[in-house]
Amino acid sequence: MNGAQIVVEVLKKQGVEYIFGYPGGACMPIFDALVDAPELKIILVRHEQGATHMADGYARSTGKTGVVLVTSGPGATNTVTGILTAHMDSVPLVVLTGQTITPNLGKDAFQEADVFGVTMPVVKHSYLVRDVKDLSRIIKEAFHLASSGRPGPVLVDLPKDVVSEEWTEDFRAELDLPGYQVQSKGNSENIKKVAEMLSKSKRPLLYVGAGAVISGSAKQVLKLAETLQAPVTTTLLGKGAFSEIHPLSVGMLGMHGTAYANKTVVDCDLIMAVGARWDDRITGKVSEFCTNATKIHIDIDPAEFGKIIQPDVSVNGDVSAVLEELLPQIKKLNTKDWLKTIDVWKKKYPLKFPKRGGLRAQHVLAELDRLTASKAVISTDVGQHQMWAAQFCKSIRGRQWLSSGGAGTMGYGFPAAIGAQLGNPKEVVIAVVGDGGFQMTMSELATAAIHKLPIKILIINNRYLGMVRQWQQLFFDNRESGVDMEGNPDFVKIGEAYGIKGFHLRRAGDVTKVLKKALAYNEGPCIIEAEVTKADNVFPMIPAGAPVSEMLIDEPHETRKLKKPEGST
Amino acid sequence: MEEKFAISIYVCNKPGVLVRLTQTFARRGYNIDSLVVSAAHNTDFSRITVVVQGEPSTYDQILRQLNKLVDVVHAASHESTDVVDREMALFKVNVDTKKRAEIFQIVEVFRAKTVDITDQSLVIETTGDSSKIDALEKLLGPMGLSEMVRSGKLIMKRGIAET
Repeated sequence: MNGAQIVVEVLKKQGVEYIFGYPGGACMPIFDALVDAPELKIILVRHEQGATHMADGYARSTGKTGVVLVTSGPGATNTVTGILTAHMDSVPLVVLTGQTITPNLGKDAFQEADVFGVTMPVVKHSYLVRDVKDLSRIIKEAFHLASSGRPGPVLVDLPKDVVSEEWTEDFRAELDLPGYQVQSKGNSENIKKVAEMLSKSKRPLLYVGAGAVISGSAKQVLKLAETLQAPVTTTLLGKGAFSEIHPLSVGMLGMHGTAYANKTVVDCDLIMAVGARWDDRITGKVSEFCTNATKIHIDIDPAEFGKIIQPDVSVNGDVSAVLEELLPQIKKLNTKDWLKTIDVWKKKYPLKFPKRGGLRAQHVLAELDRLTASKAVISTDVGQHQMWAAQFCKSIRGRQWLSSGGAGTMGYGFPAAIGAQLGNPKEVVIAVVGDGGFQMTMSELATAAIHKLPIKILIINNRYLGMVRQWQQLFFDNRESGVDMEGNPDFVKIGEAYGIKGFHLRRAGDVTKVLKKALAYNEGPCIIEAEVTKADNVFPMIPAGAPVSEMLIDEPHETRKLKKPEGST
Repeated sequence: MEEKFAISIYVCNKPGVLVRLTQTFARRGYNIDSLVVSAAHNTDFSRITVVVQGEPSTYDQILRQLNKLVDVVHAASHESTDVVDREMALFKVNVDTKKRAEIFQIVEVFRAKTVDITDQSLVIETTGDSSKIDALEKLLGPMGLSEMVRSGKLIMKRGIAET
């Protein structure tokens, strides 16, 4: 067999269902080998960025590794944004890139790009295969590295001569990774210390992130919270690790988290990070973050300890395994007063939005949440609609919320929904996107249409790059600059051109009716273009770099001038 | 205040490993003072000794990030008392025959060696810890020193423990 057939054989052995890809000269041998492997279904995308986001959405929603296959040069460099997105959010991807033949490497050959070098800072690991003898072992290693420990993207660059060469492969080569160890079980002494610290807390807070989703720790987190009687806040990427409709949930924390979650952060005497990394959207000004609270950090990646916050005790291990060991050592805490205080905040500062003044994005999203009973798989783009969706669409289980958190990639939401729908044919999958982000990857409408995927594409169209406009209004004297999306197409008509069903939504009174119609339409994708008010803002808000205590619960009065944020973005 | 740190790293002997390491330092604003790489006794692996300069507050984290790299078997810092450290240097001194004697005296005191000689120049070789080389540089400086090449620091753990 040749190298390409070896690659295909290993993919089969790994149980791969879908390959998201786009062919080109350098990867033609692999596409050719795929003709004889109908069990590996090629999803032909319209742009390589779309392929990576689809593989990412597939991976986040199923827990399996997403696979991308593209050609060399521009095909490979088009995947960089998707690889970064997966890297920042610990998503398992194997990205196979074609490459020019090895004698041409480094000679500026046609469609040559040093993609091994270009992607090095945004991959978990990468390979340039120079010998067909190494091929089967390397692809096996790529899957192992992508999916184990803290998951991430692994890139394998495949020169055309290597995948064309004949070689008798027995597929017996063992993984050869002497520098790679994954700590699964936590240190028992440190776990004992965690139990002691928890036992002394009167105002504890469990701060649960994507690590708990990846580790599948819903049961353990639930038991931990209920045993301790401790409130739980989930991060943007941790949504669903603990049901947001549970009475102990305070919802999302951070820059646009709920007011009561952020007040809980400010007043807690102990905060325990469970698979979360103290991101700058959460800590605000680090030097003033939870200064008097005990900090516990559980993470599978030891490089996260002390990176932002110095924990009082850290446990390196898989969240589920660590919690399993911790659970028998803890007992109920006296948190009655603490929970009562939080309930008062919940009543006093609920998530809300103005009921009048036209169609509101929040209204559409809250109604979507109600009509789907919080059960739909939701993917989002980045910006205001993302934060509103995070606030108003509740997650009740892990892997139903797909959003680019670390990278903040516009254009992620729609292709991610395609991957999620392929991986979860029975689930209702909804892409909540903005008019800005959708236009970055909407060429994938063809991909969704040909596979008749019943994705609901909800476009929150305010004809603005709304989050940037909000910042310009709040921090730059309302000097609008480069945010008007003048020239937006009629998105329903765009859909029609692809044979895709579309719904206009313009009036608040039509929200329920239109959403119901869209949710009932299952013959293929449909577009719901919600033409919402132009200048709504997302609140609560902690200005970037400000301490959590300086959260703005509501729109500040016009007379009050805000200073420019110290944080990056 | 920036400080200097010596780190020894044991890595898989593969292309690209060094780039990943140096990226880790550069991203955190660490400058590399010296870097020595060579195949280990087991040639599947390489031993690296690197001296970097940077913020002490991020040092532990950099070590963890190095250890996180798939091809790094281990990365560790050492107390100076635990290790033997050596560096080698070559000095080229532009000097005519009249002034040579004075330089030979210095060479002898430092137990260095003259390895090349012409009527206009000398090349001097020395081995020792980094401070000895610094001292020799200082003395040769005003005497016509025109070039210095240093090997970079080598570190080996004392006793039976692995570096």
